[in-house]
Amino acid sequence: MGSTNSTLLKIPNVEVLMRETGFSPAHIIRLHDRFKALDKEGRGYLCPQDFGAIKELAMNPIGDRIIGAFFSPGKETVDFHTFVKILAHFRPVDKDRPKEPNSPEPINSRSNKLKFAFQLYDQDKDGKISRDELLKVLRAMLGMQVTEEQLESIADRTIQEADLDRDDAISFEEFRKSLEKVNIDHKMSIRFLR
Amino acid sequence: MESYLFPFDSLICMLLGISFTVWFTLLLVFIIVPAIFGVSFGIRRLYMKSLIKLFEWATLRMERGAKEKNQHLYKPYSNGIIAKEPASLEQEIQEMRRGGAEPEFDMSDIFYFCRRGVESIVDDEVTKRFTAEELESWNLLTRSNYNFHHISTRLTVLWGVGVLIRYGFLLPLRVTLAFTGVGLLVVLTSIVGLFPNGRMKNYLSDKVHLMCYRICVRALTAIITYHDSENKPKNGGICVANHTSPIDVIILASDGCYAMVGQVHGGLMGVIQRAMVKACPHIWFERSEVKDRHLVAKRLSDHVADTTKLPILIFPEGTCINNTSVMMFKKGSFEIGCTVYPVAIKYDPRFGDAFWNSSKFGMVNYLLHMMSSWAIVCSVWYLPPMSRMEEEDAVQFANRVKAAIARKGGLADLLWDGGLKRGKVKEVFKEEQQKLYSKVLVGSSEDRSRS
Repeated sequence: MGSTNSTLLKIPNVEVLMRETGFSPAHIIRLHDRFKALDKEGRGYLCPQDFGAIKELAMNPIGDRIIGAFFSPGKETVDFHTFVKILAHFRPVDKDRPKEPNSPEPINSRSNKLKFAFQLYDQDKDGKISRDELLKVLRAMLGMQVTEEQLESIADRTIQEADLDRDDAISFEEFRKSLEKVNIDHKMSIRFLR
Repeated sequence: MESYLFPFDSLICMLLGISFTVWFTLLLVFIIVPAIFGVSFGIRRLYMKSLIKLFEWATLRMERGAKEKNQHLYKPYSNGIIAKEPASLEQEIQEMRRGGAEPEFDMSDIFYFCRRGVESIVDDEVTKRFTAEELESWNLLTRSNYNFHHISTRLTVLWGVGVLIRYGFLLPLRVTLAFTGVGLLVVLTSIVGLFPNGRMKNYLSDKVHLMCYRICVRALTAIITYHDSENKPKNGGICVANHTSPIDVIILASDGCYAMVGQVHGGLMGVIQRAMVKACPHIWFERSEVKDRHLVAKRLSDHVADTTKLPILIFPEGTCINNTSVMMFKKGSFEIGCTVYPVAIKYDPRFGDAFWNSSKFGMVNYLLHMMSSWAIVCSVWYLPPMSRMEEEDAVQFANRVKAAIARKGGLADLLWDGGLKRGKVKEVFKEEQQKLYSKVLVGSSEDRSRS
């Protein structure tokens, strides 16, 4: 136990971080402790192996894609700020936030959550989920439990339903439209305790 | 000039001499003699009660101090940062279907895996078990407090006094006792080893072992409560217990006599091991022999078959866990086919954390931590003996024993393998997830095609 201020002071630009992500001081401290626990060698940043060491994540069928989402293209390390910003996607949507016209969209908005999920499919980041990329995800989630034909038929049917402009790929808009009725806030949010 | 220093010298010598004598007499009377006979004056329990009152006061003081300064008190929660959804894969996916439609693949299915993945990044079950348990109240040890800083003068003074007492008085006392205990163990077991094999030798060896372990228990100021002693392990059986620290051995061995199992070490440990084995048969393996599972199993079963030999003490988790849960038991000791006597050990974290984080601290560092804590308080439960049933295999038997230990000790019963602390997750676990998911999808489409 102790006052929060001393730990917060050790984190650079923590005010900006809290404003951008919407996390409370207590959350930031918890996340900072978690960051330090994952950063076993105390280097101040995380690399893919540190994530890979989390057993439950290694067991997740799309674990490596999730890890990939933390690292921007070309970067091999994640610092604390990036770590918190990515996790901010999973904050529940702030229902009573006033809609200021000039402020940037909050990280945990419905649209940004969808973008996060979209990039898990779209690994080459060309803005479209091709049939091939869809097959790869299906294979990851189902492993060896289904045959190649079953996978292909699932992929075909999915593209048929979602692909509105018939270019045999699913763009972000088509992705968003197909998930119109899904309660994204509930499915893509983590309840942070006080 | 020098002439009047002499009386001072002799005065100081005399004072030192007297204090040493007093010191050693007290030590002998209050600690060593009771250890030999296995009685207790109750001093340690009194000490424990007064410590509890002190900690409660300290906690209240800190809370009040923080409120006065209007600062937000950071209370560590022992159950994690986030509330995890208890719903399983199937439930989640059914929910996600837009009411009534057949469960088929949907783009939103990925949300489930994605969320679980990120949840595990923020807080996962396994890493939590290998870091020291977090406390709700503060026990005046800075190592268990997150950001100690000046809240009130009184508290800081109290902490300072605590440091003085712990390092200035308790630590030297304990170190002395530890050396005495270990020294006596080595010397006396070697002497007993000179006797011819027989009942006399066994009797003496038991007494010697018990006495030395009791001295070591006092060296740690360990306050142990033994429950259900009627279930204590008997000859020709194996005693299994959950593992939190190397001290577990001392705690159990000060109440009963066991045959130890372990690797041969060099240095001081090696000396102790060689001396112990002279008095009664323990099982020490060479490093090369440890890999050969059949050899290990054979030596264990040979020992168990001989009913004059003491019950074997084994820690099947294979590694130190932080005493909030029990991890997977290795099946080796359960294949031998003799009676198993389970024992549950639960430490009270308020007085000092007994968990040995071997990746963070070495042995000497750990022992120093232990000896400069307030006390080690723990409870030991002897559970009724269990044997492998007809239809069970070794793994199921191991899990049954594990569940019984976890239940009795109030620890969480986890499927996870203690080896996960260092090793990689087996592919099997990932396949389980994939199997579950495919059952939801493909299983239902089969129904559809049939109808």
